[in-house]
Amino acid sequence: MLLNITTTHKPATDLGYLMHKHPDKFQSFELSVGEAHVFYPEVSEDKATLSLLLDIDPIEMVRGGRHDNNFALGHYVNDRPYVASSFMSVALAKAFSSAMNGKCKDKPELVEVKLPYEVSISVVPAPRGGEVMIRKFFEPLGYEVDLMRHELDPKFPEWGESKYYTLKLKNVIKTRDLLSHLYVLLPTLDSDKHYFVNKEEIDKLLQKGEGWLKQHPERELIIKRYLLNFNYLAKQAIERISEGETEEVIEELETNEVKEKKESMHEKRLNLTLEKLVASGAERVLDLGCGEGRLLRKLIKNKQFTEIVGMDVSYGELLKAKERLYYDDMSPKQQERIKLFQGSLTYKDARLEGFDAAAVVEVIEHLDLNRLRAFERVLFECAQPKTVVLTTPNKEYNVMWEQLPAEEMRHNDHRFEWTRQEFMDWAQSITEKYQYTVVFLPVGEEVENIGAPSQMAIFTYGN
Amino acid sequence: MEIKVPELSLVVLVGTSGSGKSTFAKKHFKRTEIVSSDECRALVSDDENNQAATGDAFEVLHYIAGKRLKNGLLTVVDATNVQKESRKPLVDLAKAHHCLPVAIVLNLPEQVCLERNKKRPDRDFGPHVIKRQSQQLHKSIRNLKDEGFRHIFILKSEAEIEAVAEIKREKLYNDKKEEKGPFDIIGDVHGCYEELHELLLKLDYKIEEVQPSGNNLGFVVTPPEGRRALFLGDLIDRGPDSPRVLRLVMSMVRSGVALCVPGNHDMKLEKYLNGKQVQLKHGLEFTVQQLEGESDVFKNEVREFLRGLVSHYVLDDGKLVVAHAGLKEEMQGRGSGVVRSFCLYGETTGEIDEFGLPVRLNWAKDYRGNAKVVYGHTPVPEAEWFNKTIDIDTGCVFGGKLTALKYPEEVLVSVKAKKVYAEPSRPINFEAQSTTLSAQQEYDDLLNIADVTGKRIIQTRLRNNITIKEENSIAALEIMSRFAVNPKWLVYLPPTMSPCATSALPEYLEHPAEALTYYQKKGMSKVICEEKHMGSRAVLVLCKDEATAISRFGITNEGIGVCYTRTGRNFFNDPVLEQAFLARVNNALTLCNFWERFQTDWVCLDAELMPWSAKAQSLLKDQYASVGAAAGAALPEVNKALQAALARGIDLGPALEKFQQKEATISKYVQAYQNYCWPVHSLDDYKLAPFHVLATEGQVHVDKSHEWHMIEIAEICKMDPQLMRATPYRIVDFEDEASVQATIQWWTDLTQKGGEGMVVKPYDFLAYSKDELLQPAIKCRGSEYLRIIYGPEYDMHQHLKRLKNRGLNGKQSLAMREFALSIEALERFVRKEPLRRTHESVFAILALESEEVDPRL
Repeated sequence: MLLNITTTHKPATDLGYLMHKHPDKFQSFELSVGEAHVFYPEVSEDKATLSLLLDIDPIEMVRGGRHDNNFALGHYVNDRPYVASSFMSVALAKAFSSAMNGKCKDKPELVEVKLPYEVSISVVPAPRGGEVMIRKFFEPLGYEVDLMRHELDPKFPEWGESKYYTLKLKNVIKTRDLLSHLYVLLPTLDSDKHYFVNKEEIDKLLQKGEGWLKQHPERELIIKRYLLNFNYLAKQAIERISEGETEEVIEELETNEVKEKKESMHEKRLNLTLEKLVASGAERVLDLGCGEGRLLRKLIKNKQFTEIVGMDVSYGELLKAKERLYYDDMSPKQQERIKLFQGSLTYKDARLEGFDAAAVVEVIEHLDLNRLRAFERVLFECAQPKTVVLTTPNKEYNVMWEQLPAEEMRHNDHRFEWTRQEFMDWAQSITEKYQYTVVFLPVGEEVENIGAPSQMAIFTYGN
Repeated sequence: MEIKVPELSLVVLVGTSGSGKSTFAKKHFKRTEIVSSDECRALVSDDENNQAATGDAFEVLHYIAGKRLKNGLLTVVDATNVQKESRKPLVDLAKAHHCLPVAIVLNLPEQVCLERNKKRPDRDFGPHVIKRQSQQLHKSIRNLKDEGFRHIFILKSEAEIEAVAEIKREKLYNDKKEEKGPFDIIGDVHGCYEELHELLLKLDYKIEEVQPSGNNLGFVVTPPEGRRALFLGDLIDRGPDSPRVLRLVMSMVRSGVALCVPGNHDMKLEKYLNGKQVQLKHGLEFTVQQLEGESDVFKNEVREFLRGLVSHYVLDDGKLVVAHAGLKEEMQGRGSGVVRSFCLYGETTGEIDEFGLPVRLNWAKDYRGNAKVVYGHTPVPEAEWFNKTIDIDTGCVFGGKLTALKYPEEVLVSVKAKKVYAEPSRPINFEAQSTTLSAQQEYDDLLNIADVTGKRIIQTRLRNNITIKEENSIAALEIMSRFAVNPKWLVYLPPTMSPCATSALPEYLEHPAEALTYYQKKGMSKVICEEKHMGSRAVLVLCKDEATAISRFGITNEGIGVCYTRTGRNFFNDPVLEQAFLARVNNALTLCNFWERFQTDWVCLDAELMPWSAKAQSLLKDQYASVGAAAGAALPEVNKALQAALARGIDLGPALEKFQQKEATISKYVQAYQNYCWPVHSLDDYKLAPFHVLATEGQVHVDKSHEWHMIEIAEICKMDPQLMRATPYRIVDFEDEASVQATIQWWTDLTQKGGEGMVVKPYDFLAYSKDELLQPAIKCRGSEYLRIIYGPEYDMHQHLKRLKNRGLNGKQSLAMREFALSIEALERFVRKEPLRRTHESVFAILALESEEVDPRL
């Protein structure tokens, strides 16, 4: 909420000319939800400090439905009034627009002069990656970075550190550049923006990043974070910023993607699942727990499948799947082929009856063990597809992941993870109860005595 | 002329164009009861004479008529219906819905119809059309009976049509909705006279043997006050004394002491007595033998009695249905051959099993009706409720027992068979195993998604229908399936609670005056004020032992109970800790003789579990403490800068004061949440404060006062003061101004010490003002507590002024709906309804929670 800019340039009083702010005035500017104030706590020939203070009205901020999806922090008690966020950038642009544009009416010669600056910001919320990321953003631009992290609550030291830092930056730099850096980088430290992110944001970003963003080693991350991880916006921005080098960079991005794809365990799993579904001869298939529809996108490309159903318990995931499948743009014939609906694997569901095959990829471990019995009956007794291709992580393989502490599961929503034996025991019990036969397959590279990262069971109805 | 039609029938008008069908229909039936082909033509083509639209029009007509019959509504078809082909689908439609087709024929002279049509410019078809219709009509008349019409009325002239003063609607014989009982419903007797006699005595009937005369056939039976016996048929065959059973039951029915529906055995005897060819098998041979010594007069009486038996009865406003072999919902209260045969034999596949018996389908498995169905026919070791149905044929004649169900008490009374009179073709296992799940529990393992998703309307005892919107069900499905505990535990979710109206005092947002006024204005003479603990809401469903978890909840291997949050999630992440916690509470209940005093093996407690930091750790750290940390670090820097500027002589306006105030409120804010936090190392660090003993076996304790709840709970808490905390409370008498003032002072002291506030409840759990159900509770939160809800600076004058402008209607309506649903869930569970019924209510609460309401309320 407070940004102090100090210079020891001689005479330090030049700061007033550079910033177009009179050292003896307390000036205020309207913001959408409050005010910003500019004043000088200290002014002398040797040293001058200018403060930009945000005075955000927390109640105004949550009124009038400002807390839409693009404002996830729209809780009624939040840190917005106390941090340097996108509000700070807006205030910077508003208070110091001339300086930021490299104008100085009274002393134009100062514009191109690099001055010794010290900036102190109370406080910045550190993104994931914390201190390292803050340094990565500022240090390549020549700043000396000093960070002080604050405790969550001194009364409860066991709660640990908060995500807030007081950030101090030192650099000898042109005023215009300093302000541009702050304008672009402060919001990237925050995971939230108080206004809707749209294409105009790209223009602002490119304008303020002119002359330095292109060369910044972390430019992609900065762009992504500035555009709030809106991938498609980020991609456009990266394309625009890299004019002339488009080919190379885009290619690099893609090959990275391809690489990632090649390595993706999940991809392997989906491909194997697809292979087994094809081999089963199934035409009408279910993808139970389809998520955002990665398997569906593979299924729809194969003409063997005449009816494809994706079901997920999360409505949000289904909407994503629909979008990724471009469902609304499909021809009626195609729409006939694929259906998406919300459902739960612990409720009997007539819509699931009469299919040739069902894929249940990395789903059961998200069910509580005591709900597994309901799941079994829903799938094997009621829906009764001829083939079931089911995968779940192999717990034994967890030792191969160095970052994963012993006894911890791979995903914080996993309710259980099974060893190969446990999985086999469960699958065998299915075959006894519901007239299925089963074969097992490893998914991914097998390691001796440990098995593969994931395990697959293929159930076939009838003895 | 008087025309009588069954209350539920499909009335088919038959007559040529111009015969006056529409006029006749309008005169005698409600507008909505008439489905006319002309209107349907208009609906699909904008022209009621458009013959090209006939096909579509009749599709619509049949569809509407079908829906009406399904819903049990008399329907009149206004179309010419002069051809057999056009009548056939209507007869089929009536049959499909198990109701009777009635034909009313308007057979006017052709000339009259021709004249009438001439006068109507829209009927531009030539006279040949009427002629042809007239011929078809005449051909039809004599065949109507063969086509399946059960009542046929033919009106031959305008005068006759005029003369029809009224069309009387007759109730079906099976409609005894006005009979509300109480009943003693008795299963298959099969000639077991001694057991029947004993059972009736056990049910407090007085039986006197007398000389047969007049109505009685040898018995005078006096029932206990106001009660009636109800026999489910199969009185005879296989057993030792069928004639005597018949004498007793017939005496009772004739004197109005009993009702009786027929069983398949009874009907076979009727056939025999009528001289028809029947095989003397399955026990009939004994009955025939036993009847040999009886007089012809008696046999005639028996034949008449059997002939008069009605397939099934619908009783008690439609809440109870009795039939020998049970009855599906769509057949209840209807009369057709199919219904009668279902009542006698149930549903069979036509196949024969390895014991030579017909393979029966378990119709009860799919039963979803509102009425409870009591039936017999298939011997079972134990009578068990299953989807609101119960088979009480406990195989007396096979050496089991003879069972009666007391209605509406739903108590089972049995006497054991004196001996095995016959061997069943299909063996019955009378050794009931208590460790396995009941049929209902087994069935309840699977809930059906169709019962929870989409738009739903739920009937509740407290507040009639509650509608759940589809988008809310969508949200609830994810939470329920991904995070909630086993649905069999989930018999209740706590309703949300509204705060009191906004305070009139300038410095308060909430103050006790408004909370008390709400109830006082509604005419309450006293209320109870309970301290509001600041922890997390916790519901405990706790069994006396693990065996009860199996027998009552159908849950295996999940310990003696569960402790879950307001959204149905496990309160404890560690099941071992949870069971240890539950064991402590269980022990406290045992120590105060709770199980014996309440005659129960389980309890559902509504409670607050502290500290707040135990469950809300991430909320505290990520939100509350975070804000404190950010503000605590930034504000001193701000004030330092402002002070420095001030020292330079800069005019800061109100800024310095404002930011100093901000700094002060932040430290109050931090203190406010800190009050509700303490580290938890062991169970002893938890504090459980129950405030409702919601339900125990057979009872939902909403008929008690809140004072009763407080006293009962204080008893339990005494047994484990380390873990459990009784809730301080005060009773406020509105007559006594001092008690009102003292309570306000109590609240002030409480909240100044950091307490969250208090909850004001009506003295009785359920409170009504005239017919309006009142809010079950109103919360009144302390000023410091509100700081963590509305923000650290909320009480600064300019903020408070704006915050006071808040609407409570949405929240209050939500609280009422959720309250009605929460009690409904408990009532359904306590009444042992199928899980889907309890789950439906609980699910609805979760769905309502996704409605958009200001979360600060």
